[in-house]
Amino acid sequence: MGKTVLMQGNEACVEGALAAGMRLYAGYPITPSTEIAELSALRLPQEGGKFIQMEDEIASIACAIGASVAGVKSMTATSGPGFSLKQENIGYACLAEIPLVIVDVQRTGPSTGMPTSPAQGDVMMARWGTHGDHPIIVLCPSSVKETYDLTVRSFNLSEKYRTPVILLMDEIIGHLREGMELPDPEELEIIDRPTVRFPEPKRLPYHMKKGQTVPAMAPFGCGQRYNITGLIHDETGFPTNSHEEAEKLMYRLMHKISDNYDDIVRSEERNTEDADTLIVCYGGTMRAATEAMERAREKGMKVGIFRPITIWPFPERELKKLSGKVKKILVAEHNYGQIVLEVERIVKNDCKVDFIGKVNGTVITPDELVKKLEEAE
Amino acid sequence: MVNTGDVSSNPGKTSTLIYKYMRPEHLPHIWCPGCGNGIIMRDVVQAIENLGLSRNKTVIVSGIGCSSRAAGYLDFNTIHTTHGRAIAFATGIKLANPELEVIVLAGDGDISAIGGNHLIHAARRNIGITVVVFNNEIYGMTGGQYSPTTPRGDYGTTAPYGNFDRSFDIAGLAYGAGASYAARGSAYHVQQTISLIQEGIRHQGFSIIDVASVCPTYYGRKNKKGSAVDMMRWQKENSVTQEQANRMTPEELRGKLIIGLLHQVQYPEYTYEYEKLINRLAKEREDNE
Repeated sequence: MGKTVLMQGNEACVEGALAAGMRLYAGYPITPSTEIAELSALRLPQEGGKFIQMEDEIASIACAIGASVAGVKSMTATSGPGFSLKQENIGYACLAEIPLVIVDVQRTGPSTGMPTSPAQGDVMMARWGTHGDHPIIVLCPSSVKETYDLTVRSFNLSEKYRTPVILLMDEIIGHLREGMELPDPEELEIIDRPTVRFPEPKRLPYHMKKGQTVPAMAPFGCGQRYNITGLIHDETGFPTNSHEEAEKLMYRLMHKISDNYDDIVRSEERNTEDADTLIVCYGGTMRAATEAMERAREKGMKVGIFRPITIWPFPERELKKLSGKVKKILVAEHNYGQIVLEVERIVKNDCKVDFIGKVNGTVITPDELVKKLEEAE
Repeated sequence: MVNTGDVSSNPGKTSTLIYKYMRPEHLPHIWCPGCGNGIIMRDVVQAIENLGLSRNKTVIVSGIGCSSRAAGYLDFNTIHTTHGRAIAFATGIKLANPELEVIVLAGDGDISAIGGNHLIHAARRNIGITVVVFNNEIYGMTGGQYSPTTPRGDYGTTAPYGNFDRSFDIAGLAYGAGASYAARGSAYHVQQTISLIQEGIRHQGFSIIDVASVCPTYYGRKNKKGSAVDMMRWQKENSVTQEQANRMTPEELRGKLIIGLLHQVQYPEYTYEYEKLINRLAKEREDNE
């Protein structure tokens, strides 16, 4: 049993990261994620780790990738403008298969936008922000406790699949303070990347052995010398212009995520058994949606909630099971309509898809949601 | 004659270095005939040989550009990163494992244009990495656009009427930003450059060695500098040592290549300071328990 604490979402992120084994944080100050940097600066040296405030957002992710290459679990956190700047190196980490966690505490955009106001406008950027096709895992917490848990999970998935994982928070959750039970770190499942223990001459650094999910990774300095590049490479780790090798690499990168859907994808359902109307929401919007669902049920409406926890890959199998049973889905998100596009793609003509969004720096209220639900009755 | 990397029939000093420190299966390199980059890569390897560094404990980090391909040819822990970001990646590697000898190989555009911010801040922090700049005064990989080190008035494909920008002195820039070791070498001055790189690696703190390369294909051709040999001869005939330069007027220094040690000072190294902090906190906790 852990102890009960009052904690902010951003703080829970740091504690989760430390429990997961983060020993390097590289960041740049940006609202509303700054508390993650501040607490990392305080806590990491206490745990034998290191914090560095880099000169910019790009340097922060590059530094975190460098640390991971040398075998240390690392993280960087930011908000919209910084997340835009980090995109190129997210692609690098995808292609070179370097585990790390990138936290984006979303705020209202575009551009400098409204720095202290909540939004969920980075959902599609989290999926497609870096150039080129690439696999990505994005997790989206809706409470302080879940921020802790999903930060641990972000590290675990990133280590297991040797890929960057994005923890997509929003200002609501980042700055929310609520009570939570801090788990005993000893009781947590912590996954470490498959690591080369005994260097072998002529080892192919990107060769997958039978039964492996990803090739084992050799931390720089362990005695296994090899090359890492952001160019398309073959199993040797060196660049290639071969179309066959390019195809093979891309297939492997995409499939290491898609083939492990059951392990990676998580979602939550509330009152879906008898629901004829489903609210689809994630992150901070879950709070208002829960309240709206309860009020609507008091009025006799059969409303349930479907919440993707893993937002990319989207839990489409789970949603598809529900969309055939309900009459209507209402997608609620703090943007002009991003996940609603994914929902429409999955649901097709199974049921009606409605949308409520907000982009003015405030939140969707339970009242607004109930009204929207009533309108459509 | 194509260099197949098989130099077993021609044993000599360089071939020994190739087998000991390079990846012959990835040679020949992609650099043009007459390019100075191969000489500088060899200088780096010779400096490593002279210092007796362990290949397993040495990391070579590069960015993007002609010179950055050097990482792939060298048999160390090598990482070819994104454009301009080599120093930021290197910072993470060094922080994660300060025992590693981290050497950044970068071009002038990579390190002083897109990566200029990382250069000055790594210098300011005095983190113990060594940066060797392959300074060919042009963007070679993309076909000859002017760079931050192209002399004012010179031509590039994006400066068809001559370049208005003033050029950077990269070693001077790093010195100004707080680098505790800054030096300049050239492709022609092999022995001096090797020893400058060697001392830079030995130095505890941020070191930069800005080495003048030659690019006959783009910079030379665009600016009518003659053949690779002519360009190397120019380096020989127009270089002055830092000591000589200190006694010369700006007028006399115009068009000169200044080589040698610009600056060296002992200042606490970043990762060393961080380790001290970690140890202090651990001790405080012990004392409190």
